[in-house]
This record gives sequence, C-alpha cells and structure tokens, in this order.
Amino acid sequence: MRPNNNRSNFSLALNDLVSGISSFHIWAMLGWQEIRQRYRRSSLGPLWLTLSMGIQVVAIGPLYGRLFGQEISAYFPYLAVSLVMWHLIANTTNELCLSFISAEGIIKQQKLPMSIYVLRVIYKNIIIYLHNFVIVALVLFFYPPQISLDLLFFPLALFFFLINAIWVGMLLGMVSARFRDIPQIVGSLMTVALFITPVMWKADMLGNKILFAQVNPIFHFLEIMRQPLLGGQLPFLSWSVVIAITFLGYIVLIAVFTRFRSRIAFWV
Amino acid sequence: MSHVIADDITVEFPVYGLKNQSLKSTFIRAATGGILDRDASQRVVIRALKNISFSFKNGDKVGILGHNGSGKSTLLRIIAGAYEPTQGSISVQGRVASMLSISVGMDSESTGYENIYLRGIIMGLKPIEINALTAAIAKFSELGDYLHMPLRTYSSGMSMRLAFAISTSVPADIILMDEWMSVGDASFYEKAQDRLQLMIKSSNLLFLASHDENLVRRNCNVILNLNHGEITSFERLD
Repeated sequence: MRPNNNRSNFSLALNDLVSGISSFHIWAMLGWQEIRQRYRRSSLGPLWLTLSMGIQVVAIGPLYGRLFGQEISAYFPYLAVSLVMWHLIANTTNELCLSFISAEGIIKQQKLPMSIYVLRVIYKNIIIYLHNFVIVALVLFFYPPQISLDLLFFPLALFFFLINAIWVGMLLGMVSARFRDIPQIVGSLMTVALFITPVMWKADMLGNKILFAQVNPIFHFLEIMRQPLLGGQLPFLSWSVVIAITFLGYIVLIAVFTRFRSRIAFWV
Repeated sequence: MSHVIADDITVEFPVYGLKNQSLKSTFIRAATGGILDRDASQRVVIRALKNISFSFKNGDKVGILGHNGSGKSTLLRIIAGAYEPTQGSISVQGRVASMLSISVGMDSESTGYENIYLRGIIMGLKPIEINALTAAIAKFSELGDYLHMPLRTYSSGMSMRLAFAISTSVPADIILMDEWMSVGDASFYEKAQDRLQLMIKSSNLLFLASHDENLVRRNCNVILNLNHGEITSFERLD
C-alpha cells in the first residue's frame, strides 16, 4: 500500500534519492548516450569543446591580462583554470533545469527514481569537464604552481560541487518542469553571472569592496575548486560558505521533494 | 504471487498554461476525455480517474474497454507506477513490464545491440540480466548484421521488430499493454503473435487497454468498462 501521509512521502523521497544514486548503471548509461548522440560522426567529438575553450583562453588571456595590468605568468593560469571551472558550473546549472522535462518519455511510462535524471545530467557534464581538463593540465605544465598539500583539497572541492549539484538539480528540475520560464531565466542569469563573478577578473581587484564578490555563492564554489590548483591559500571563508550551503540546500530539497515528488510526472 | 489492488483511486491532472478565461463559462460535458473541473484552489484540472477500486490477482487477464480519453492509459500508468494517484492508494506486487510505448529509451544514433542494452535497462533489468538475454533477442529479431548498424538506418518496421523483440524478452509478472501489439510483415507477424501469447501465458497478470471489444473478449477473462474515468461495468468471463 502507498498511503498518502507525510511520513511515507518523506521515506519515498529519501528512498528515491538513495536508490537513484545507487543506480549508477542507469544514469551513467543515459549520460554517455547523450554525449554519443551529440558527437557521433564528429571527428573530434567532445574535444571540440576543449578546442574552443583553448582558443578562448589563448585569445582572452594576453588581452585581459594587459587590460587588468596583470603579470601574464600569474594571470594566464588563473584565467584558464577559472574558465574551465566556470563552464562546468554554468553548463551544469543550465542543463539541470531540463533534467525532468527532457526525460518526459521515460517518466510517463516507467517507474524509475526521479533522481537518476538529475544524476544523468551531472554525469554528462563531468565527462565533458574531464575533456576540458586537458587545458588546465597544459597551462599548469607551462606555468607550474607551487605544489603543496593543499592540492588534496581539489578532489574534495569537486566532490562538494557534485553533491551540491544534486540538490540544485532536483530543485531546478522541479521548478522548471512546473514553470517553463525558469530555464530561460536561469540561462540569462548565468550569462550575466560570468561577468559579475570573479572569473576573468580577480576578487582582490575590488579592494575594500570585496564583499561584492563574497555575497555571490558561485564565487565560493569557484574558489574552493581553483585555489588548490593555483597554489593559493586555502580559502577558509569559501569552504565555510560551501559547507553551510550544502546543509541548507539538502534541508530545502528534502522538504520540497517530500511534498512534490509525486507531482513531477504530471508536470513534465 | 502477484496482485494489483486499487483502493478508491482518483487522478487529477492539473492543466497549466491555460488562459483562465477560455474555461470561464460552465463546464460543458464533453463526449470524450476526462471530466474537466476546478480543484480546491480554483485551478483547472482533468479528472482522468475517479474512485476506482478493484483487486486482481494471479490468473486475471483484465481487459479495459473505453472511448478515447476514458482513462485507460492513465490507469495503466498508475499500475506501472509512473503516476501516483492524487487520492487513494494502489498496491502492486510483482515485476511490471510496461509496454505502453515499446520504443521508449531507444536511440537512433546507437546500434541495434546498444539499443537492446538501453531498452533493457530502461525496462528495469540489471546489466547482467540484459546481457544474458541479448543473444536470444538478436536471434528472434532476425536483423542479423543490421544490429551492428545505428538504428537510424532501419526501416520503421525493422525498428519496431527490435523494440518488440526486446520488450517481450523481459520476464514479467504483470504485463501492461495499450492496444494489442502487432508488428512485422506476414512471416514475422505469426512468430510475434506466438511470442506475445507465450509471454502472457508465463506472466501472472495482464492488463490490456483497448477499444476493440472482440479483441478484449478473445484475450481476457475480466472486462472493465471505463467511461469518463469511472468504472461503469465489471464482468468476469468464464
């Protein structure tokens, strides 16, 4: 029996997340399929994105370095690493809006955990990110940073990005399925965010107005991911903010998902 | 032992993106489709199923008859677990094979073999289970070397054959079908029909939605009539 009370809705929501995450064979397959679908019969495949990002870095690097009056050997690796991380965050966020909408066909006839559609999008973006990581590796090879134990924080930062992507994706996916303007709004916001987030410029250029960067949550995710690679200081503030966001995010997710999980199939 | 027990289920779909004015006047009872109504917060809803209760167990082959929009497909989706009832509850015991649309999950850029895997996983098989079935599916489909080619090179008949071969290979306790499946040209048709009958025979429960009364009477032993989302008659044939 599936009684419609809150307690069982809560356990159904929790169960959806747990069994979704453990269904690696489904979401990994769907994620791969999407990449293959997009790049089959293309000679470079996902490396096209790597190439275009490489061109972007090489084209913007010297120009903006000069505009901002930065030492090229410091600015170039900063820009390359920042842009690659930025694309991971921005593309994942944009595509997460469509997690459920694009899975309409399956959702309406098969009972599978809803979370697999979100994990599929995240997985796909991680694969693309790994291709782009070639650029980071190249730049770091030519401009080696100071190697320290802080480097170990990079995988941890990536892990935190992933678990945050899950709650963001579940919420954005639900809201977008219900209100179809959301994906457009998120798309516009992310375009603006590229310019108002310290990606191409550095937060310390703001001087005593650094709060402008610090109120932006994307900044903190960027910081924890890029500072270990750039040999910077361990960003305590950013780590604290990210950990707080993670907790808050999951509390909101559990509340919303418990309430609206069974409605998703009607929304898509 | 499998069963499907529905306890007073009602399903209401919200309708979004409607200009409210278009339905401002009284709701005129349409000849087809679920009942249009407003819910507690005055949103327009389609009541696809209303107060449905039944209890079916091993050996029941349930034919669901009704007009377009009478709620047949919604009922199948509820049993499949894709939709959850707005009110009431449903208990389903047993492995469900949802054959409402047998090619969901297949991908035109992937090869036949890749599609066997894709479709198998979407139908709920574990990788090891679908791998074990792959050779038999390939043989039954008679597609030979085409299975190494992308699905987009197939004719529509060929891809239906493949979808049919995969979907009927999945072991199931409860089979859900929206209209009787018939695929293939003359020679394949017979083989496909035998296969379908065999699959039904080895399952515990069948739900077949159709508007063809003769077909339902031939294949089922229980007949449900649905009209505007309500059960209007219930008949056991023996």
